[in-house]
Amino acid sequence: MPLLSVRDLQVDFTTRNGRVTAVNRIGFDVEAGKITAIIGESGSGKSVACYSLLGLLPVPPASIESGSALFDGRDLLQLSERELRQIRGRDIAMIFQDPMTCLNPYMTVGNQLMEPLLYHRKVTRQQARERALELLAEVGLRDPESTIDQYPHQFSGGMRQRVMIAMALINEPKLLIADEPTTALDVTIQAQILGLIAELQRKRDIGVIFISHDLSVVADIADEIVVMEKGHVVERGDRQAIFEAAEHPYTQKLLAAIPAGSKAPVEVPRDDLIQVRNLCTWFSQGRGAEPLRAVDDVSFTVQRGEVLGLVGESGSGKSTIGRSLLRLVPVTRGEVLFDGTDVTRLQGAALKQMRRRMQMIFQDPYASLNPRMSVYDTLAEPLLLHGIESRKTVEQGVLRLMDDVGLARAFVRKYPHEFSGGQRQRIAIGRALATRPEFVVADEPVSALDVTIQAQILELMLALGREYGLTMLFVSHDLAVVRHIADRILVLYKGRVVEQGTGDALFNSPREEYTRQLLQAIPGRGLL
Amino acid sequence: MWRFVVGRLLQAIPVILAVITVTFFLVRVAPGGPFDSEKAVIPEVKAALEAQYRLDLPLGQQYLAYLGDLAQGDLGPSFKYPGRSVNELIAAGLPVTAELGAYALLVAVVLGGLAGVVASLKPNSAQDYIPMSVAMIGICMPTFLLGPLLVLLFGIHLEWLPVAGWGDIPGDKILPSLTLGAAYAAYIARLSRAGMLEVMSQDYIRTARAKGLPEWQVVTRHALRGGLIPVVAFLGPAFAGLLAGSFVVETIFQIPGLGRFYVQAAFNRDYTMILGTTVFLSTLIVLFNLLSDILAAWLNPRLRAQYGEA
Repeated sequence: MPLLSVRDLQVDFTTRNGRVTAVNRIGFDVEAGKITAIIGESGSGKSVACYSLLGLLPVPPASIESGSALFDGRDLLQLSERELRQIRGRDIAMIFQDPMTCLNPYMTVGNQLMEPLLYHRKVTRQQARERALELLAEVGLRDPESTIDQYPHQFSGGMRQRVMIAMALINEPKLLIADEPTTALDVTIQAQILGLIAELQRKRDIGVIFISHDLSVVADIADEIVVMEKGHVVERGDRQAIFEAAEHPYTQKLLAAIPAGSKAPVEVPRDDLIQVRNLCTWFSQGRGAEPLRAVDDVSFTVQRGEVLGLVGESGSGKSTIGRSLLRLVPVTRGEVLFDGTDVTRLQGAALKQMRRRMQMIFQDPYASLNPRMSVYDTLAEPLLLHGIESRKTVEQGVLRLMDDVGLARAFVRKYPHEFSGGQRQRIAIGRALATRPEFVVADEPVSALDVTIQAQILELMLALGREYGLTMLFVSHDLAVVRHIADRILVLYKGRVVEQGTGDALFNSPREEYTRQLLQAIPGRGLL
Repeated sequence: MWRFVVGRLLQAIPVILAVITVTFFLVRVAPGGPFDSEKAVIPEVKAALEAQYRLDLPLGQQYLAYLGDLAQGDLGPSFKYPGRSVNELIAAGLPVTAELGAYALLVAVVLGGLAGVVASLKPNSAQDYIPMSVAMIGICMPTFLLGPLLVLLFGIHLEWLPVAGWGDIPGDKILPSLTLGAAYAAYIARLSRAGMLEVMSQDYIRTARAKGLPEWQVVTRHALRGGLIPVVAFLGPAFAGLLAGSFVVETIFQIPGLGRFYVQAAFNRDYTMILGTTVFLSTLIVLFNLLSDILAAWLNPRLRAQYGEA
């Protein structure tokens, strides 16, 4: 008998525009001792389905219309809130997506960790603390004795996710639900967390539900895979069946979205648009302290029309390089020659003129667009500011940009919150292209997006790059994504370039240990 | 932490100096002087009075002399209460006003905080609308209306509480404290509701629920601290505001506090008294703001770390 057996589950939401069925009569089983992955893009109902089992959805607006969920011989959907509370955190535990926001910033890590144990079991504080220390050590925190009394902000994202995992496991649950636990993390950290979850699952022989939008993430760890689209389960099967013989077109689309292969290299020699010489960008860390060497003596060139990839983990200095080129952060030393002009020395009008030729696309399309400006205003502003269009012609200019980035003209008066993540990133790209720049820095432009959307945005950027004759600096922590779009790749580590080459060269014969580690971290390497 | 406190205190000096300067010259611009009255005063007497209080000197010199005295902690003699210094008058009125302010603040925090938290737990329901409507009325209703209304109801109709006085009859401190605290209670209700709503939508509240904690523990252990930080930040300015704004209540209830001296001083053109009270109150405002910032930082580990470094 499966550990959890969901049948005929339907969850509706009452919204201002009427009732929406988020989960439509789905069924799936979770076996003890196996990892079951639920895969689908944003809005497919995968998280809603799991939250509804534990009574974690706000009712209203949500309502469970039908279904059963047998767990340990009891139907979770029929239990009272009181009975369900006994199961939550004791028999079924959860890990969430964003470890930055899922821990209480006002409580020490230790107190949060001990809480489920103190609440569900009869233990003394001393016993709970000892158990917490053991678990922190088990999930790989160095020196638990001294970190247990620290607050979450003193931990990195990966470490916080380890704390979340320890917290979920402290009552030795039978079922662990992990909701996109690695989506907010760098590829290298993601690989570590995936390995940790798989290891802990094997050791305890528990059931795991792993929710993700990305098939490649679960390629190495999932036993069973459930694919969801628009509230329906469209395909179910073991890992092999899904990866080798997917039948449903949506599953095939998800597989196709995994960035694979590299761009064909261009053979024609081109002149250098950008020459970076001995660039140093240091940040002061207060009086007397050593400055933080975010970028430390980096030299490289970008050829006209080329896409240069910058790869590295958080803190490697990759974003700072992009910002330094555009003078968005003060450069400590070195030269950035753009078409022969040293950008680091420009002032006033000359700088403004240069900014028109260099633009930036940011990571988070939710945060980088002004929520109080409509798409029209967002796109018209740079056109008017740089005198590219006059008041009379600006509307035509805006509509042309909408066409270029693949947004319907009818959306022009809408505001950012009315768009999906992918559409917002299209707006952000449109804004960057408005000034007809020659050079664009794209800083993790697809990291916040679902894989299927990620693939679309990458295609759009490649197409626009050709159409506009753009030179691009593409910054990402994900080597697979960079290989897909870049002609050449620089690998950064602690503010320095450790290796460079074409995507194929790096993938097939990496010279440096760090590059090899990055390659190892790519989820589902076997698929590439 | 100490560097932060000392830094803030140093920043306060130019602020208070600016307050002194503006007040000093502003009261002189107001028509009339301390010794103008309906009775004609013999010019020699007036001149002698002005000489005694240094009013015959050029304005600039008066200003510098005042600053000199102030540096030694001397707020000068009162013009209207001969023989008494401003320091003495403030010392006499302050304990009463401070007590009234403290009770009013207690009323504000307990009533307002409770109403706000209760309202936030079931947003857009009767449990939310009723306390918030009362709070809205509380914000809109001026003290000079609320005070007499309360007196009418509890003092005259029901005869439960005394209608005036301070410390003479048991229970005579209740109505003034309620009247003064009401508007602040309303503000705090709105602040704590907004703060709690914000916190209750955070991901870590979902984590707490996923642990199986009952809802009241989710609220008390996980939400309250973060949700009430905006209230704590408001407490400093609120207490200073209570002290400075107590004169209406003191007048309604015949309470011998600082506020009444302050207003009378303004009517009497009692320059040193106006200046002294203003300097005193603005110093209090600065101090209480600092105090509530420290308290807020103590509640928030991230800020604590920042101030620790600064």
